[in-house]
Amino acid sequence: MNIVVLVKQVPDSGSERKLDPSDNTVARATADNVINEMDEYAIEEALTVKEAQGGEVTVLTVGPDTATDAIRKALSMGADKAVHVSDPAIHGSCAVQTSAVIAAALSQLEYDLVLCGAESTDGQVSVMPALLSERLGIPQLSGARKLTIEGSMAKIERQTDGGYWEVEAPLPAIVSTWDTINEPRYPSFKGIMAAKKKPVETKTLADLGIDASTVGLATATSKVVDFAGRPPKGEGVKVADEGDGAEKLVGYLAAQKIV
Amino acid sequence: MAEVLVLAELNPAAGGPRKSTLEALTAARALGEPAAVVIGAPGTAAGIKDVLAEYGAAKVYVAESDDVDAYLVAPKAEVLAQLVAEKSPAAVVIPSSPEGKEIAGRLAIKTGSGFLTDVTEIAADGTATQVAFAGATIVHSQVTVGTPIYTLRGNSVTPEPAPAAGTEETVQVAVSEAAKQTRVLDRVVEQKSNRPELTEAAIVVSGGRGVASAENFSVIEGLADSLGGAVGASRAAVDSGFYPHSFQVGQTGKTVSPQLYIAVGISGAIQHRAGMQTSKTIVAVNKDPEAPIFELADFGVVGDLFTVVPAATEQISARK
Repeated sequence: MNIVVLVKQVPDSGSERKLDPSDNTVARATADNVINEMDEYAIEEALTVKEAQGGEVTVLTVGPDTATDAIRKALSMGADKAVHVSDPAIHGSCAVQTSAVIAAALSQLEYDLVLCGAESTDGQVSVMPALLSERLGIPQLSGARKLTIEGSMAKIERQTDGGYWEVEAPLPAIVSTWDTINEPRYPSFKGIMAAKKKPVETKTLADLGIDASTVGLATATSKVVDFAGRPPKGEGVKVADEGDGAEKLVGYLAAQKIV
Repeated sequence: MAEVLVLAELNPAAGGPRKSTLEALTAARALGEPAAVVIGAPGTAAGIKDVLAEYGAAKVYVAESDDVDAYLVAPKAEVLAQLVAEKSPAAVVIPSSPEGKEIAGRLAIKTGSGFLTDVTEIAADGTATQVAFAGATIVHSQVTVGTPIYTLRGNSVTPEPAPAAGTEETVQVAVSEAAKQTRVLDRVVEQKSNRPELTEAAIVVSGGRGVASAENFSVIEGLADSLGGAVGASRAAVDSGFYPHSFQVGQTGKTVSPQLYIAVGISGAIQHRAGMQTSKTIVAVNKDPEAPIFELADFGVVGDLFTVVPAATEQISARK
C-alpha cells in the first residue's frame, strides 16, 4: 500500500498570528511555525495502515524552504520519505491554485491512499480533499473519525453534527481525518535520529510542469483587500460571587432582555 | 436584476430548510435576486418552497434524484455547475457546513472561479468579510476570477423575510459516473436531543475543565435548558471525556456565534476563543479571577460554578 500524507506547516495556533501588511498574505516568515496539528492525526493513521498492510508512507508538502521542519516531524514519527514542493512563485496562492500544485505533485507519485488533516489551523478552508478529488478524479472520503481499508475499498465514518455518515469508495482515494480518529504517537529518539537520514526530494514548479504564472498572488482566484485587528471589546463587568453571584448574573441577562 | 444562486441546506429531521438557508437567502439579496436551489432525493422540495419564497427566492430550482442523495458532495457540485453554466448568475451563496464548503470548492474548479469560505457578510460590490486567526483579525476579501462563490457562516446574518414569487423550475439531473464514486451507506444520528443545534443556537452554554466530570455536566445542561440553549464544551472538557467531541467549541471544533454565549469553568485558552469570540454577548463564570475568558466577557462572575450556576438556573426557571 503506497500512502501519501499531505502535510502543511502553519503558524502555531497558540501564538499570535498575523497577516503581512505588504501583500495581505499570512506572515509565515516571522511566525512561530509548526506542523498543522490536524496533520499529525493523518500521519498516525497512515502509519497504522502501513503497519497493518505493509507499504510505504510518503510525506508531501507545499511550502517555503522552512517547511522542512514539518517534514522532519512527520519523518520522525515514522514516515519513510518526503517530497517538498518549494518555489517562490507559489507564494500567495489561493486554495484553488494550491490544489493544482498538490495534484501535479501527486500525479508524479504512486499512491493507493492519500491522507490529510481535515483542516489547517491557519486558513481553515477545509476543502483540500474535495479540490483534489475534483482535479484527480479520485473519490473523496473527507472528515473521517474512523477509517477501515478492506481490499480495494476504503470506508470511513464521516463526522457530522450529532453523529456520522458511513461512506465508502474504491481506492485510490483521498481521506481527511479529524482529531477524533486516533492518538498521534510522539517521535521516539530513534525516530528523530532516523528522520535525519530519510530522503527528502525537493521539487520546483518546473519539475511539476506547472507554468509559474498560473500560481501565486498575482493570479489567485481570490484576494484579501484589507484587514484589521478586531476592535477591542468594551470593558466588561466582573463581579465576585458573595452569595449573590447568581442573582447578579440573572439580573444582567434580564437587563439584556435575554430572560 | 442579476440572479444569485442560493443552495438550500435541508434539515431532514425537521422537514424544512435549515436556518442557514434563510440566512443565505437574506445575505444574497445584497448581490441580486436570490434563486434557491434545492438538490436532494425525490420529494425533497415539496413543502419547503413556500418558506424559500417567503425569504426572497424569486425562483426555486428543483433538482431531485436518488443519485444526489446516494453519493457524497460531488453530485451536488455537478448540478450547481450545470445551473451556473445555464443561468450565468452573479454569484453563488452556500451555507457554510462542511458539505457546503466542499461543494463550493468543487464548483470553483468546475466553473473556473474563486471561492471564499466562512464569510460573515457580503457587500453589494461582492466584497466579503471573514474572520481569521481565532477571530482576532477581520479580513475583507474578493473573488477575482469567474463567478464568485461564497459560503456563509451560520448565525452571521439575521434572516429577514422578503416575499418573492418562488417560481418553481425543474432541473434535469444526470449525475456523471465520475461523481458517483463515494457512496453514502448510512446516516447515523447518535445524539438525539431536544436542544437546538450548536451552530444554529441563539444561546450556547459551554462547560470546561472546571466542570470536573461527565456527571457534573448536568449543571451545564440545566442552565442551557432553562434558557432554551445548546450545550457546548471546551477541548479540555472533551479531552477529559466529560462531553462528546461533537459538542466541542474551538479551533479544532465548532465555531459558534450566538446572541449569548455563557462560558462556565472555561479558562479561555486561544483554542477555545477561536470558536466563540464572535458571539454577540459573552458571559463567564469562573473561580479564577485571572482567567483570560474574563477579557472577552461582557459580564463575568468570579465564583464557584457549582453554587452560581444551579442558583441561576433556578432563578431563570422561576421567571417563566
